[in-house]
Amino acid sequence: MAILEVKNVNKRFGGLQALGDVNLSVEENSVHAIIGPNGAGKSTLLNVLIGKLIPDTGSVMFDGQSVLGRKSYQINQMGISRVFQTPEIFGDLTVLENMMIPIFARRDGAFRMHALQNTFSEKGVVEQAMGMLEDLNMADKRDFHSASMSRGDKRRLEIGMCLAQEPRLLLLDEPTAGMARADTNNTIDLLKQIKEERNITIAIIEHDMHVVFSLAERITVLAQGTPLVEDTPDKIKGHPKVREAYLGESA
Amino acid sequence: MLGLGKKDFTLLLIVAVMTLLAPLLLNPFPESSGLAQFNAGYPDLMQRFVIFGIFAIGFNILFGLTGYLSFGHAAFLGVGSYGAMWMMKLVSLNVIPAIIMAIIVAGIFSLAVGYISLRRSGIYFSILTLAFAQMSYALAYSVLTPLTGGETGLQIKSSDTPLFSNVADGDIGRANLFGMDMRASHEVAMGDWLFTFNAGYYIAGVVMLIAFYLSIRIFRSPFGTMLRAVKSNQTRMYYTGLNARPYTLAAFVISGMYAGLAGGLLVAMDTQVGPERMFWTASGEVVLMTILGGAGTLIGPVLGSGAIKYMENILSKINKDILHEWFAFLPAGLDDFIVAIVYPFVGKGWHLTLGLIFMGVVIFLPGGLVQGGQKIGGLFRRKKASDNDSDKSTQSTPAE
Repeated sequence: MAILEVKNVNKRFGGLQALGDVNLSVEENSVHAIIGPNGAGKSTLLNVLIGKLIPDTGSVMFDGQSVLGRKSYQINQMGISRVFQTPEIFGDLTVLENMMIPIFARRDGAFRMHALQNTFSEKGVVEQAMGMLEDLNMADKRDFHSASMSRGDKRRLEIGMCLAQEPRLLLLDEPTAGMARADTNNTIDLLKQIKEERNITIAIIEHDMHVVFSLAERITVLAQGTPLVEDTPDKIKGHPKVREAYLGESA
Repeated sequence: MLGLGKKDFTLLLIVAVMTLLAPLLLNPFPESSGLAQFNAGYPDLMQRFVIFGIFAIGFNILFGLTGYLSFGHAAFLGVGSYGAMWMMKLVSLNVIPAIIMAIIVAGIFSLAVGYISLRRSGIYFSILTLAFAQMSYALAYSVLTPLTGGETGLQIKSSDTPLFSNVADGDIGRANLFGMDMRASHEVAMGDWLFTFNAGYYIAGVVMLIAFYLSIRIFRSPFGTMLRAVKSNQTRMYYTGLNARPYTLAAFVISGMYAGLAGGLLVAMDTQVGPERMFWTASGEVVLMTILGGAGTLIGPVLGSGAIKYMENILSKINKDILHEWFAFLPAGLDDFIVAIVYPFVGKGWHLTLGLIFMGVVIFLPGGLVQGGQKIGGLFRRKKASDNDSDKSTQSTPAE
């Protein structure tokens, strides 16, 4: 069953057709990668999925409900979490506090005025956050100032914060961009572990083929705003159209 | 204790003891000595210390936690003052209903201002709040004269007959707490020292302690954590299913109510109010207090307001004659020279000293006076630690 369904989405920026007739469906509990050369419309598509951009035509349905016109926090509450290209975490807060915020958000919704309770004596919240940090092998870093961690650790924390919300769909935007090889491999291992241990659908936008081919079950290739092919990783590897899109006509 | 951690409770206890003993602590110099003019332990100034402390504590909940810099908080203080004043004129000379009224009026007004201003952030937010405050000031000065008394402001007059207070014909009513006059003072002379224990000060002091306690609770609550999250990363906040707007609005209204409380107390201590209370320099002053003391820290705003009010009231009273008296021991000519150098920094020039101190703090101690205190404390601790176990390597906490 498809959890995310994109139908006939078009988006124009002035004279540029950023997305042209995009159709895409992401199966529940699968890992779906969207790849494509620079300017293929990957980021535009992602921004449509999370409600940041409204397409000119077409529909985006998540679990039978339209996401269009909803605010980003509402889309998040439908069960879509997003990991950003540069890790977006609460840099002024400690690692543990970072992890507690999504747990509060899941428990209390978009806003709750709990101004007289104590953050660290809220029932079960610290325990849950610590559990998540242990899953990430970050329990020893609980009191670290999160802004001063390495890029890989920030990424790990960000993914953990998204998971703490127990989303149904995890969107990753180039999760290993600008990372050292070791950090990249750590992130791949983490995502593999998540895929095995949790009932979660992962949609990943990525440049790095190493990452894509080690994770994805299905791959959609986007070129000039339109999906070229959608298939399994093995078939994509040898596909002539894909080679053409990436390497140019002459190849 | 009281739902506070050990460290916070100790801090509250220290502040409580200092507040209680302020009339003694602030009068360290004998009356007859030349230094007596540095004594700050007189009721009027002590009341200002705690009232502006409340104002800054509230401002810090908004600025220190969410990072939204409001440049119009004096408007809420002023509106609170007017609300309290009318309560005293019409309903009762008891200060409690007046103060409650001040908080309510300021809360409603800050809800309206915040709802509009918080549509923008950064400099645009600051400018919007500044515009609202200046608008309030101009209106209070002119078209709202029937309500605000215009230029002359509002005072309690002999013609005022509050509903629930019995004021004899022709008498001017006085603010009280169940019959206790705010100006009632008990003076104790000990040797050459004179200590004044004032009813108004202690009432304002107790209110300040309650306000300080509530602010600690807010800082340590999930709500406070969310406010720090707003300051840290709004993108992540929205993509974690949280709506930052109601959080910032709530913080804005809370700090507006603190400002209203301060405004109400000002009227309770001294029953008069004028529009200059809402002028933009008054809004700027609370920003200075908070940054000088240390934005985002618990005790910083109280220290900052104390430092500024002390300079405003003590430094500004030093005039040329006093300076000449001090430097009279110097040879003639030299004393004139020294006085000429020092004079621009005191008296009417006290703003220059404040400006220099403020610049120094912002450049060298971005965490304000609190950071200065921590640094000094750190020096002592390091010394002690190295004395105790010089063979052990210094333990450092990771990346804090």
